Amino acid sequence: MAVGVTHGYTPGLRITDRALIRRLRRLPLPGRIHVAVGDEVTAEQLVASTQLPGNVVNVNVAHELSVSPEDVPDFLLIGEGDHVELRQVIAESKSFWGLFHSIARAPISGTIETISDVTGQILVRGAPIQVEIDAYVDGTVIEIRGNEGVVVETRGALAQGILGVGGEAHGKLRALCASPDQACSEDMIDDDCRGCVVVGGGRVTLNALRAAAEAGAAAIITGAIDDVDLDTFLGVPLGVAITGQEDLGISLVLTEGFGDTPMRQRTFELLAERAGRRASVNGATQIRAGVIRPEVIVAEPGATWDARDEREVSGLAVGSPVRLVRPPYFGVLAEIVALPEELTQIETEAMVRVARVKLEATDEVVTVPRANMEIIEE
Amino acid sequence: MPPQEQLRSILATDCGSTTTKAILIELVDGEYRLRVRGEAPTTVEAPFEDVTVGVGNAVREVEELSGRTLMRDGEIIRPQSGDIGVDAYVSTSSAGGGLQVMVVGLVRSMTAESAQRAALGAGAIVMDVVALDDGRRDYERIERMRELRPDMILISGGTDGGEIRRVVEMAELVAAANPQARLGADYQLPVIFAGNTGARELVTGALERATQLTVVPNLRPTMEREELGPARDEIQELFLQHVMAQAPGYSKLMDWTDADIMPTPAAVGTLIEAVAARESINVVGVDIGGATTDVFSVFGGTFNRTVSANLGMSYSISNVLAEAGLDNILRWLTMHPDPRRLGNDIRNKMIRPTTIPQNLLGLMVEQGVAREALRLAFEQHKMLASGLKGVQRQRDISDAFGAGGAESLVDMMALDLIVGSGGVLSHAPRRRQAALMMIDAFEPQGITRLAVDSIFMMPQLGVLSTISDQAATEVFYRDCLIPLGPCIAPVGNARPGVPCLRITLSRASGSEIVDVPAGEMRLLPLAEDERVQVTVEPTRAFDVGDGRGRAMETQVAGGVVGMIVDTRGRPLRLPEDDAERIATLEQWYRALGAYPEVPVERVGEVG
Repeated sequence: MAVGVTHGYTPGLRITDRALIRRLRRLPLPGRIHVAVGDEVTAEQLVASTQLPGNVVNVNVAHELSVSPEDVPDFLLIGEGDHVELRQVIAESKSFWGLFHSIARAPISGTIETISDVTGQILVRGAPIQVEIDAYVDGTVIEIRGNEGVVVETRGALAQGILGVGGEAHGKLRALCASPDQACSEDMIDDDCRGCVVVGGGRVTLNALRAAAEAGAAAIITGAIDDVDLDTFLGVPLGVAITGQEDLGISLVLTEGFGDTPMRQRTFELLAERAGRRASVNGATQIRAGVIRPEVIVAEPGATWDARDEREVSGLAVGSPVRLVRPPYFGVLAEIVALPEELTQIETEAMVRVARVKLEATDEVVTVPRANMEIIEE
Repeated sequence: MPPQEQLRSILATDCGSTTTKAILIELVDGEYRLRVRGEAPTTVEAPFEDVTVGVGNAVREVEELSGRTLMRDGEIIRPQSGDIGVDAYVSTSSAGGGLQVMVVGLVRSMTAESAQRAALGAGAIVMDVVALDDGRRDYERIERMRELRPDMILISGGTDGGEIRRVVEMAELVAAANPQARLGADYQLPVIFAGNTGARELVTGALERATQLTVVPNLRPTMEREELGPARDEIQELFLQHVMAQAPGYSKLMDWTDADIMPTPAAVGTLIEAVAARESINVVGVDIGGATTDVFSVFGGTFNRTVSANLGMSYSISNVLAEAGLDNILRWLTMHPDPRRLGNDIRNKMIRPTTIPQNLLGLMVEQGVAREALRLAFEQHKMLASGLKGVQRQRDISDAFGAGGAESLVDMMALDLIVGSGGVLSHAPRRRQAALMMIDAFEPQGITRLAVDSIFMMPQLGVLSTISDQAATEVFYRDCLIPLGPCIAPVGNARPGVPCLRITLSRASGSEIVDVPAGEMRLLPLAEDERVQVTVEPTRAFDVGDGRGRAMETQVAGGVVGMIVDTRGRPLRLPEDDAERIATLEQWYRALGAYPEVPVERVGEVG
């Protein structure tokens, strides 16, 4: 149903045990496809590859030889398209019967891309860069997109997080925390985490994150992190939530956000119940246009059940369980006891639509702006 | 749509990145007036992925509040028949991140800069400028183009009759990157070539297979001349034809509207330019949104726009934190929240962008962030407006070498009006807070009128002006622009308490003399409908526009806040000692009645 202003905002995260998942595996440039429609693939299996043009390095021959750009072609020992080796002499000038001698050398091994008689510059392109794309999830190839990519389909459990960093990873699910509110600390990380997708609970500490990366864990899924810890781990402050390109050696998926917040029960149970099974993780996030959320997929290749669309958003109603998402009640669970229609003045003096909610932990009834709650979808 | 002079009612929406706002305008006793406003979350993203769902929800709220029926079978009823439907419907859009353009040129400060101005003038966010002298290697440029996924690429480069090869090289880089469009997997990325006419054939050869190429006249035909119009028009045309058509639900929305959907910043710019022209004044307008902050200025009739793509109140709030630093946000607070907790709370606003402050500390933090975002965006505007003389101007050749024209066009002493827009300013619980945020961020000098967009409808009025200038103007002055009042701020610095200004107000009821020492904020009553003759006499250390120590006499109009006298000095500095800073802030806030007095024990976490 439609969300009007009377309804709480929900980021539309999918948490389901029965999803039909399709992922486009696309090359950055056209290349070679290694699978065919109908092939069953594993997450790590190579499905497409290509070669990106190598890096281009320029050398200003006019400057090196102290000649004018238009005269450069007269001194060249190579032509466009020629292969050159590192330090190979590519241009040479002699004057005064050979008494003065200037040379220009190739700055890298590669191919002469262009020679400009306007600027006197030569561009040398290095060796091509091999790019390989894996299937990401265990599943079936259902479509080939020319020579640029394939679509892999699978059925399985899907849990989206709210923010992630790091790119794609695979590994066996390993539950570390006994409950969704237990912090994920350094002492829980051991050598058995190697190659695993580690499932925490509440906040992950910086040391735990570092220890997990050092132990060779593929990814950590947990409720929250301190913003300073994340910045320290990243090495730069996270300015906008457009992530996925970080090279951290480990991917991180936060299901709730920043601070000391437990993972929502449903996500915790979904992942804990599947401990020992293989999971695919992508930390890439874009909280903006064309929103992309980080995800954990536990595929069940071969399953034939009908997928459920878990994204139906229900409206607020008296009795609805909600989660408050703004301090002073961030992360607190509550139940709606009244939904006054009229605008109500809150402490900031803003006139807003509010709900009266009973806090789960204390039974205290408080007034909260409707914008500051998320419906808990059961 | 009926002829312009017969329009009885108009519905206008602005589909923002977070919220879709709808306004209903009606002709009442020969005058266009705002009737009601409704809003709903924008529905470009999952689970809805259809912008018209949010538009429908916002319009439904307008229906409820106005008691009129405007939609039937999920469509807007037009023309008006009796009390049902409206005569016209228009819309702007910045949903889905607005119009995102990548600019490619040869030299950053020359053709690439001209292209950047063309893109900004068209209402775009410039994601990156790729140029020969951008300090990157070719492979890095290719990688960047692949990774950014812009809505379109604008290629400039070379004056007519000049460099061809380098221009073609840049086109080849674009072809090598084979960038994919952000929205829609099945269409080619629109690319506009607005460079050396002599390179057209070769550029077309390089790009026509990989992209949807359009060739327009060179935007820099000679070193001394810019012709930004054709490129700018083409960007807006492609925005409609390709970008909008690919965005979820927009083809339906385009069928509904009676005028082309405008990018939100282009609509706001249209309106600000019109205001400056109508009143013959210098204007600065700012629109602070969730993701970006747009600054518009008109000085001496020259329009400029900049967009700070990563300074905003929700999606980009963490970047404000990163760029300004936590201390700069904390300096505006009179409390001492736990910095670690504050950092987490600000980050959580980024990932849950529609939440609102729940208590006083939360409000003050948000307004502190707004001050910093506005300050940084304005700094960027002043810098980019430096030697940036708007469209179709004659640029001096010395500009190209950075020798001339480096001075900013933004002259704060010559500024007549600041108009603030965007949720944090328009919806501030007290208008005084909006005035204070703008004064603290922009540091106006001399005598400057302050105003806010009452309920954030400048975008809708900008696009409305394309079908009815009369309706847009009447609603703007009567219902949109809320005059806050004048701000009198002398330039200079002195110890707090030393004599600074003597202000003589000549009212019908008699004269009133007010002495304001340095280092203070003062609020003098001056109602919205009141106009007074004011004489401002600064002491020798201060200047209010006519030189140090020279008196100035002028007429000023009041506003909903009143007349604000700011003798804190320029540039504005806060005391470094923490206790002194808090005491000073409390004094300033109290003088303006900016915040409610909340018992200390209730000042807890950020809400």
